[in-house]
Amino acid sequence: MSGRVLVGVKRVIDYAVKIRVKPDNSCVVTDGVKHSMNPFCEIAVEEAVKMKEKKLIKEVVVVSCGPQQAMETIRTALAMGADRGIHVEVTGKDYENLGPLQVSKIMAALAKKEDALLVILGKQAIDDDCNQTGQMTAALLDWPQGTFASELSMEGDKIKVVREIDGGLETVKINTPAVITADLRLNTPRYATLPNIMKAKKKKIANVKPADLGVDITSRLEVLRVDEPAQREAGVKVETVDDLIARLKEAGRI
Amino acid sequence: MLLGFRPSLRLLSPRLQLLQSRCVQSEHPATSAAVGSVLSALRSICGEGGVSFGAAVREQHGRDESIHRCCPPDVVVFPRCVEEVSALAKVCHQHNLPIIPFGTGTGLEGGVSAVKGGVCFSLRNMDQVLDLHPEDFDVAVEPGVTRKALNSYLRDTGLWFPVDPGADASLCGMAATSASGTNAVRYGTMRENVLNLEVVLADGTVLHTAGRGRRPRKTAAGYNLTNLLVGSEGTLGIITKATLRLYGIPEAMVSAVCSFPSVQAAVDSTVQILQAGVPIARIEFLDDVMMDACNRFSSLSYAVSPTLFLEFHGSERSLEEQVLTAEDITQSNGGSDFQWARDAGSRERLWKARHDAWYAALALRPGCKAYATDVCVPLSRLPQIIVETKQDLMENRLTGPIAGHVGDGNFHCLMVVEPSDPEELHRVHLFTERLARRALALDGTCTGEHGVGLGKRALLCEEVGPEAVKVMQRLKDSLDPKNLMNPGKILQ
Repeated sequence: MSGRVLVGVKRVIDYAVKIRVKPDNSCVVTDGVKHSMNPFCEIAVEEAVKMKEKKLIKEVVVVSCGPQQAMETIRTALAMGADRGIHVEVTGKDYENLGPLQVSKIMAALAKKEDALLVILGKQAIDDDCNQTGQMTAALLDWPQGTFASELSMEGDKIKVVREIDGGLETVKINTPAVITADLRLNTPRYATLPNIMKAKKKKIANVKPADLGVDITSRLEVLRVDEPAQREAGVKVETVDDLIARLKEAGRI
Repeated sequence: MLLGFRPSLRLLSPRLQLLQSRCVQSEHPATSAAVGSVLSALRSICGEGGVSFGAAVREQHGRDESIHRCCPPDVVVFPRCVEEVSALAKVCHQHNLPIIPFGTGTGLEGGVSAVKGGVCFSLRNMDQVLDLHPEDFDVAVEPGVTRKALNSYLRDTGLWFPVDPGADASLCGMAATSASGTNAVRYGTMRENVLNLEVVLADGTVLHTAGRGRRPRKTAAGYNLTNLLVGSEGTLGIITKATLRLYGIPEAMVSAVCSFPSVQAAVDSTVQILQAGVPIARIEFLDDVMMDACNRFSSLSYAVSPTLFLEFHGSERSLEEQVLTAEDITQSNGGSDFQWARDAGSRERLWKARHDAWYAALALRPGCKAYATDVCVPLSRLPQIIVETKQDLMENRLTGPIAGHVGDGNFHCLMVVEPSDPEELHRVHLFTERLARRALALDGTCTGEHGVGLGKRALLCEEVGPEAVKVMQRLKDSLDPKNLMNPGKILQ
């Protein structure tokens, strides 16, 4: 086994930004808006780097799909301790239509090409909240999956994954190679420090196109319209119980 | 930003709104009347939604986290840019209305109390981080940006703004109060870390204290207007932008805890650590009463004696050296073995006692409120003042656990007091005056980091002397001849 871990990272609008929808309702405003690494991807990178520090694995390879700016996100992961990067170049309309199905095909192709022991992804991206890429990647590879991981431990050639589920925690043991998706409590990602950012500039980032990997990224989905959530309206105070009942009837609630 | 009450206010006519504000106990009828007459002017500047009369909103903007009582303004405005701030100030200036700038309301000295009513300028909608220059280690921020928001914004750049007063305060507000924090011993206070300020004066003039857009790391050009405004607590102008000095995020951190047989031993260790050239990042002192409170509150089992909480920043190798040197020194002063921690989780747990100190103090007497004193003296005087202060506390039956930034000679007595007991309040008040005068007698200051605000105006006179106060008054008169900017603060 190569001892290599593949980590996928996505460049998204920063969580602190107030999102605005374009006036033509086609999509959200992204120009001039602060972007950063998806928080769950940060957790995925941190976990991989921790595994390397504990000498459980040998190499952390970080992957991002997108235009030129995706390189910034890869550099941040390199500054956190990843060893090298792969930038899968997707631009323009193709990038706007890029979704979990296409990304999972790319990740599956790279996992085979890089002879990966593990693929670690964030459980979902904070822009689309799909929570699909990890699962689809595992299906395409026919690998076991440990999703919503809040704890990981290697036990020989198996991995024990504690998963966060609705009812509490579920522990599973899966064979490797496997796909893991990181949940919030898996770890606390480290900050990129200046010396590490400097070192990261020297690490290699390979550039590939989806076609090079034999992947067709045509989308099956078409976004028709994007709307903001309804504006919150003022509450209304009433003086008596009768008033209240009348208002509720008016609103068709009773 | 969308507050539920605002749309409902649109349903009221301007006259009804004015009546509503009058009904909500306005103590300044003349000012209220003047405010009523400029409402349309205010609204035309910052929009219908940018002017608020709601009682709840006014009360929220008339108090901070001190024990000073709430003095609500007559109206709260929410400008969105410096042009609006300037236009609003011009209106207030024309009608002689007091102007009270408001950041996050996390101050500790009653700085936002509208003692003469007037117009509160809430700056929270100006919340952009502007002009980041990572290679130059500087960034400009608007007043709605808090320090945690800035550090989150900067997290991928390897930079941070280390001044940490505890609260998630507005950075421009921190500039206005010359805030400090646990990190000051290594990174300095706001005075050392503000490069430039954009300020709106009482008459609406927009001033750039170091020149528009300028951000050299040092300058010798003219009077230091930037530092005149830093610490002016809203009495000279409204800060609408601050250019701040940034630092590299430390590569690694180590925390340690060490207990001592006496206050003297703890302070001696502090002085010697600093003299040894250890670039210590945080060095915090908790007295035995505080340690006991913390043990009880957080179910910990620290030794109940004077304790130092230390934090070291640096590269792996430099940390080893720093910790070894510090440990040598503490042991030679009778300090216990270091308890220390490397990773974020363990460091949190180790420092939990210090982080929860405020709540632990409050928990000593449930139902009571707390007031923090803030004196600061030269390091060599610290043992004396702490010992005398503890004596005073015991003689006067007051609850006042001590926590301090001992590396700066600054400590806080967290006075836990029953707010409905006037006799106890009076005893606490006298105690804080004695403490302040004790500090002044030892070449110190009555306020190391919280500011003068409402409560320390008399002490300011004693501290800087009548000549200095006269100069301060002349500067105030020259920049704000009508005394509209946050009246009743700093100067009497």
